[in-house]
Amino acid sequence: MNNKVKALIAVVVVAIAGVVVVQQRSGGDVTLTLATVNNGQMKDMESLKGEFEAANPGIKVNFQVMEEGDLRSAVTSDVANKAGQYDIVTIGAYEVPQWGANGWLTDLTPDLADKAYDVGDILPPVKDALSVNGKQYAVPFYGESSILMYNKEILDAKGVKLSNNPTWNEVAAAAKKVNSAKTAGICLRGKPGWGDLFAPLTTVVQTFGGTWYDMNWDAKVNSPEFTQAVTFYKDLLAAAGEKDPVSYSFNECLTALKTGKVAMWYDASVAASMLEADDSPVKGKMGYAHAPVVKTKEAGWLWSWNLAVPANTQNKEAAVKFIKWATSKDYHQLVGKKLGWSLVPPGARTSTYSIPEYKEAAAAYAPITLEVMSAVNPKQPGVNPQPWVGIQYVAIPEFQDVGNQVAQLVADAIAGRTTVKEALDKGQVIAQAAGDAHKK
Amino acid sequence: MSAGVKKAKSTGDLAKERNLPRKLIAPALIFSIALTQVPFLATIYFSLTEWNLLKPQDKKFAGIDNYLYVFQTGDLLPAIIATVGLTAFSVITSLLVGLFFAVLLDRKFLGQSVARTLIITPFLIMPAASALIWKFSMFDTNIGVINFVIQKLGFSAIGWSTQYPYISVIILLTWQFAPFMMLILLSGLQSQSREVLEAASVDRAGIWRTFAFITLPHLRQYIEIAILLGTIMLLQAFDPVAIMTKGTGGTKTLAYLLYERAFVGMNVGQAAAYGVVTVVLTIVVATVSLRSLFKVFISGVSK
Repeated sequence: MNNKVKALIAVVVVAIAGVVVVQQRSGGDVTLTLATVNNGQMKDMESLKGEFEAANPGIKVNFQVMEEGDLRSAVTSDVANKAGQYDIVTIGAYEVPQWGANGWLTDLTPDLADKAYDVGDILPPVKDALSVNGKQYAVPFYGESSILMYNKEILDAKGVKLSNNPTWNEVAAAAKKVNSAKTAGICLRGKPGWGDLFAPLTTVVQTFGGTWYDMNWDAKVNSPEFTQAVTFYKDLLAAAGEKDPVSYSFNECLTALKTGKVAMWYDASVAASMLEADDSPVKGKMGYAHAPVVKTKEAGWLWSWNLAVPANTQNKEAAVKFIKWATSKDYHQLVGKKLGWSLVPPGARTSTYSIPEYKEAAAAYAPITLEVMSAVNPKQPGVNPQPWVGIQYVAIPEFQDVGNQVAQLVADAIAGRTTVKEALDKGQVIAQAAGDAHKK
Repeated sequence: MSAGVKKAKSTGDLAKERNLPRKLIAPALIFSIALTQVPFLATIYFSLTEWNLLKPQDKKFAGIDNYLYVFQTGDLLPAIIATVGLTAFSVITSLLVGLFFAVLLDRKFLGQSVARTLIITPFLIMPAASALIWKFSMFDTNIGVINFVIQKLGFSAIGWSTQYPYISVIILLTWQFAPFMMLILLSGLQSQSREVLEAASVDRAGIWRTFAFITLPHLRQYIEIAILLGTIMLLQAFDPVAIMTKGTGGTKTLAYLLYERAFVGMNVGQAAAYGVVTVVLTIVVATVSLRSLFKVFISGVSK
């Protein structure tokens, strides 16, 4: 099976390569192959690629759009094995520093130095998350943090007010107050997975003073702070959360909030644009606040989808030209004018938030997104220093596996089949095995 | 009779006679060996390497390290228990439900063929699609039909995947495989001799006694085949775990564990080692169970 698939892939790759070579020889043209994720903003980019091709005769861009999971495995095996199928890849903030350090990606620092591109305009925390030792390996297409979203009508009816920078205790008290048989107090991701449950839960752990690893890569999963945070999360879900947390992640919570089945939700800031969309029943009824905190000043996460150029591409020059175009200020103007101002990719450039038309179209959530995204610190999100850059994940290849296994253990604890202590004691062993590989 | 004629021939003739069929079969045989055994040999090779897709620079020969990992982490036994348990419960429940519907459908009534087609439908739906249907349309706490009914009855909604993951998976698998069981049992019921049933009713045996002493013994072979085929299919069940429970609550089956090692852990070596262990276990279990438990194929030939 494996070999057959490999052979098939090889044939397809050779065929594509052949076509590309023929095209290059016949007209001196370059065809760039771009792998990307099937999010709205990426499809907008595909619909606007004609503008780039018109401005740059001789360069054609071929989009390969995939589901997030498929993209991750396709791009990972292509880039890791240096197969060279893609000239441009769309990768998450989790991958960029690892792949950059592995030498799989082109160092873009010299190419981004020109004044017109204005690399200093990229939101500083995002830029930090995409750089290793001062070298920038990718450019952000759009970015997000995590915020608290709440239905003002439901909270007002119970006389609950939330500040712009609430603490977790305030949020828990509010959730319990508005919780009823028909409406849950708060929706929190419970679906086991490093990118599902552990995205918000890791930010809670950090603001409680916990961390996955200390500076020596010793696992801290069963530390008192980590345990306290998971217990808090579990108790809040039990007292005022959605009924079936294992089934709930981003999309399920979004639906529940839209239909008035929950009053509050702590999740990705990009959700705000969906809650304020024209077809949303809660449009204009929502309030937004910073991620709730305990011991830290900010607790929001940081994520971005980025464009990068694999180190072994044959078309580096053209590829760099395209990714600069797709992440430029001009591109944001183009999206606004051609497709609508609320569709401008958020969370990548500071200047986006001073475009008058965008400020008007995204008035409900643009200010808080910019505020939170400029405030978070991916170098040290928690109380203590950490040996990696990143907030809701640990930037080591083993983390998706470790996070996934520990998430399953925690899910069993949330359901009451084990205790939090038992779950985290087992998680500690799993995390330590991965940490040992990074000790120096 | 023909055996006696053949015996008269010399062994040389016999070898010649068998030469041609052997040559004719050869291409198919070579093809199927290439198709099934070469990948298996590759898997054995992979299982002896340390190979994480995310760390290609560390790829090296690992000896039996991956096998030590398989037996030392303690994930294997719970996965076997989960696989066997979920399969056994699901086979039994779907067999009982299937028998119930088969008996109902064995009668003549208006719209019988429409009812039969409708009841078979769950078996024809893609497993991933039916897992999604159950997750959202049936089990969901806000929009699911089951919770809607429960709440109408005055109880509070149940978080199925969180509180009862094991039962949720069994319910889904039963829904999916009961129609298959029903089809096999229905063919058994319809092959019953009408005369025997008539004789029973003349003797005033009653419905229950007729069913217990005439119909069930008659169905035994069909039940055995249904259990055998159902077990083979249910052992591979993967979609409800991947879509609904994510391996929590004792539902991490061998298939899901293997998937996790390969596509979440990206660890080709460990996944291959699990694969090899699974194949060995399957061969052992299949050999024993086929020989001792299911004499149906042998007795079927002798009849």
